Amino acid sequence: MNLNYDVIVVGGGHAGAEAAAAAANMGSKVLLVTMNMQTIGQMSCNPAMGGIAKGQIVREIDALGGYSGIVSDVSMIQFRMLNKSKGPAMWSPRAQNDRMLFAATWRKMLENTPNVDFWQDMVKEILLEKSRVVGVLTNLGIKIGAKAVILTNGTFLNGLIHIGEKNFGGGRMGEAKATGITEQLVALGFESGRMKTGTPPRVDGRSLDYTKMEIQEGDGEIVGFSYKNIPKPSKQHPCYITYTNENVHEMLKTGFEKSPMFSGRIQGLGPRYCPSIEDKIERFAERDRHQLFVEPEGWDTVEIYVNGFSTSLPEDVQFKSLRMVPGFENVKFFRPGYAIEYDFFQPEQLKHNLETKLIENLYFAGQINGTTGYEEAACQGIMAGINAHLKLQEKEPFVLNRSEAYIGVLIDDLINKGTKEPYRMFTSRAEHRILLRQDNADLRLTEKAYNIGLADEERWRKLQQKIKEIERVGEIIQSTSIAPEEANKILAEKDSTLISQKVKLHTLLTRPNIGIQDFQEISAIEYMYKTYWKESVEQAEIMLKYAGYIQKEQEMVRKMEALENIKLNTNFDYSKITSLSAEGREKLNKIQPETIGQAGRISGVSPSDISILLVYMGRV
Amino acid sequence: MTNLNKQDTIVALSTPQGSSALAVIRLSGENAIAVANKVFKGKNLLKVASHTIHYGFFMDKNEVIDEVMVAVLRAPRTFTTQDTIEISCHGSMYVANKMIEVLLQNGARLAEAGEFTRRAFLFGRIDLSQAEAVADIIAAETQSQHHLAIQQMRGGFSQKIALLRQELIDFTALLELELDFSEEDVAFADRSKLANLVEQIIAEIETLIDSFRYGNVIKKGVPVAIIGAPNVGKSTLLNALLQEEKAIVSDIAGTTRDFIEDHLVIDGVLFRFIDTAGIRETSDTLEVLGIARSWQKLQSAQIVLYLADIEEPFKETAAAVNAIPLQKNQSLIVLLNKSDKMVDCHAYDVEESIATLTGKTTLEISAKTQRNVDKLKKILIDLVLRHSKNTSDVQVSNIRHYEALQKALVALQNVRQHLSENLSNEFMSQDLREALDGLAVISGEISNEDVLDSIFSRFCIGK
Repeated sequence: MNLNYDVIVVGGGHAGAEAAAAAANMGSKVLLVTMNMQTIGQMSCNPAMGGIAKGQIVREIDALGGYSGIVSDVSMIQFRMLNKSKGPAMWSPRAQNDRMLFAATWRKMLENTPNVDFWQDMVKEILLEKSRVVGVLTNLGIKIGAKAVILTNGTFLNGLIHIGEKNFGGGRMGEAKATGITEQLVALGFESGRMKTGTPPRVDGRSLDYTKMEIQEGDGEIVGFSYKNIPKPSKQHPCYITYTNENVHEMLKTGFEKSPMFSGRIQGLGPRYCPSIEDKIERFAERDRHQLFVEPEGWDTVEIYVNGFSTSLPEDVQFKSLRMVPGFENVKFFRPGYAIEYDFFQPEQLKHNLETKLIENLYFAGQINGTTGYEEAACQGIMAGINAHLKLQEKEPFVLNRSEAYIGVLIDDLINKGTKEPYRMFTSRAEHRILLRQDNADLRLTEKAYNIGLADEERWRKLQQKIKEIERVGEIIQSTSIAPEEANKILAEKDSTLISQKVKLHTLLTRPNIGIQDFQEISAIEYMYKTYWKESVEQAEIMLKYAGYIQKEQEMVRKMEALENIKLNTNFDYSKITSLSAEGREKLNKIQPETIGQAGRISGVSPSDISILLVYMGRV
Repeated sequence: MTNLNKQDTIVALSTPQGSSALAVIRLSGENAIAVANKVFKGKNLLKVASHTIHYGFFMDKNEVIDEVMVAVLRAPRTFTTQDTIEISCHGSMYVANKMIEVLLQNGARLAEAGEFTRRAFLFGRIDLSQAEAVADIIAAETQSQHHLAIQQMRGGFSQKIALLRQELIDFTALLELELDFSEEDVAFADRSKLANLVEQIIAEIETLIDSFRYGNVIKKGVPVAIIGAPNVGKSTLLNALLQEEKAIVSDIAGTTRDFIEDHLVIDGVLFRFIDTAGIRETSDTLEVLGIARSWQKLQSAQIVLYLADIEEPFKETAAAVNAIPLQKNQSLIVLLNKSDKMVDCHAYDVEESIATLTGKTTLEISAKTQRNVDKLKKILIDLVLRHSKNTSDVQVSNIRHYEALQKALVALQNVRQHLSENLSNEFMSQDLREALDGLAVISGEISNEDVLDSIFSRFCIGK
């Protein structure tokens, strides 16, 4: 076997798979090392991609030339655009996926990617020369050389699974944990911590009574994730919603004594926004019911994922209480829910390119950085893959700003603030979210990705066409006038004020509930819909309809950029500035921000610390 | 980064330029005591205890410049946290300047404007808002200004803002909940409750903004206008009010006589008489019926003294008073002058009648004989103190804070507007962020974590 690679990716989950694909597509020789070739692209938790803020991330990964969007589109069994009643910045694509098809598609796409080799083994050590990585040592005792190594270990590092009072080592149910790397990194001076996450029981769909549940259908029109034209399924699977009740809660409480959560056996930090069912009952005792989403695992399986019932209570308590949920009276389990603890490394130890500050050419991506979620992991993977390649080519790092992408927000948050609980993206984390929409990820990112050699010609050409069309559609909308006799019937239907004389069409679009599709009967608009892509029309409409808010946001970005342009020395001893708060000094010394703007985002650095820095820089 | 050498010794005159009884020259820095010791004839300042005062002579080589008192204050318990020397000398500008010149020759450097305060700030002695308050203290000339500045330093203002900010964060959390967790089974906020909350916060901020206007008034002096018909005694009244103050204020050189004469300090509150130049001109044609015309000029007055001749028919006087278009927050005092010409009980009757007809504070007075002038002063000071209680416990006195509050106010007014238009939350959030940023200028820090923390602590989120 070849024992020398440009980039070795350790782990084949969402982060590892994207990292391998990106580095390989840019031209690096890549080896993907995974403990199990059968679980590449595995959805360890729920069989779904996207959602609010996460769907935007998948669109961004796709716009950069990553695979997650395509894999999601190919394997989806249901699609919904969430938050459609809100403004376009909130629209969020979400898909239910066929778990097995998702993983199979990932593996197929990687196999079809030139420059990606595979090796099934456990990496137990990274090989170093001074403070630079030079390869990995596997459990079989094989040394494989590499110029860069990307660690995407997920929940496998010293993974510990809990069900009731039982616990055992494992990275996922039925899969061995990985050992050695944490111990080595800690010995090298890295700071590690423990996190916790959980997963609900999987049950037999044939044992459920769906007539007692609410049905949740997919959208009539599937938008999907990829900007490429990926065929969408012609039919969709429904999901169902049901609720717990007080009997369920009482039954769950009988297991609290044996709960690893409450007994203190679990020490890792769990996410507050993805609590276990026992956590919900304990913390929000006033709620008499909690929602459960009944999600099918695929086209050809009866397996069901009970979203909302994540638990590590003893399996008999899980079983008895779930049987009290409407529709679940005769439920049969495939396997119980469990909690898992694993090692992570505070991401403040990384640079903006996801390279570790301590070891050159060593990159971390995914849950190892304290994040949660497939989308969060995948976007770190693609960024680590890109940057590992660029660094080997001695090129500038590829860093996205907070105003350019959710990916930029995520990485900037991680390296500046670290995280106390598994980090998940929310739209509210993005201060410029009005600009970071699912509809314009290609406009924001594809050109950048094309310029570094990742996004392919097809994406580039489609983008250029779209830009032209948006411009043309904008002109049509702005030059089209509409007479009262054409408009008033439509306006009346929408309860909107009637017009008394001819007006420009775009002035009507600024009204909250009026859209361009309402005027399809006008010949110019009818022609426009026939001639141009729907997404071009939609984009032009959004740009006109929300122009005021978009401009205001862009103005704010410009103001922030002023602070981003004030550079700081990244090797400065802040303890010399005694007027900084103690925490500010410590954090600034640890992070060594590159700009005043970045300094201001570090947790523990207060505005008065920033004022003091500005005083030092002679700006006050 | 610019160099961090903040240890060099700086010197400046700490008292205002101009002649006075005493002047104070201050030195701060690593060598402050050594530099002072070189020019001081008396005890060896390098060996004396900290926070002690020493008598001696300020020398330029062998020549005595002045007889001085030198305070030796060693680090760190000083304003700048550095070694500090304060030299009190006679208040002649020639002497003070000569001494500074000698100190410069002996190793000190002339301080830049505000550099002492900046050092205090940089060495962690005070925070930014305290630094601004210190700047205000330096500028403060009267007791009430001092109270205002002290209050700000104690953090009363920051606390008020922190409370507002928390309310706003909780409000933002409700909106964000609807955006980021719309798929979840959470009860969403009642929009009318949200609107009420916004109204409340707007009202709070408006109060603070008003207090700035009031705070500003305190700093610059409460503007008072004296109006009335010609020859009614306006000029005499002004002189009567200013009489005892003149001797004190006219000692301050470098300010014009007019300026001095138009300011009056009563119990530590500064009053400023508007447009008094006009009153002094005998050719002034201000007449009772012409008041409305000249009113434009007097709009900025907080207190209006309407002066009338007590011998005029009281109904006419009352009618003229009632015709004065007062603004909100403006107080009017009716003064019936020349009461020395009238027997006491009659003067009292006129005072009573006009007070009843106008509902205004009315006082019979004789500017000429000083009758009831002290009573007028008491009325003036009571008015200001009452206003201060009504306005707010906390006062905004700093232009930067004022502007931040204005920004927050505008943003919240947008939110109110958007709420009524039923606009999607993310657009409101844009304004809320701006409002929170506005408040963050004054105290504390806004991070998205605050909003998320508020969500997670209050709502059951997560599948």
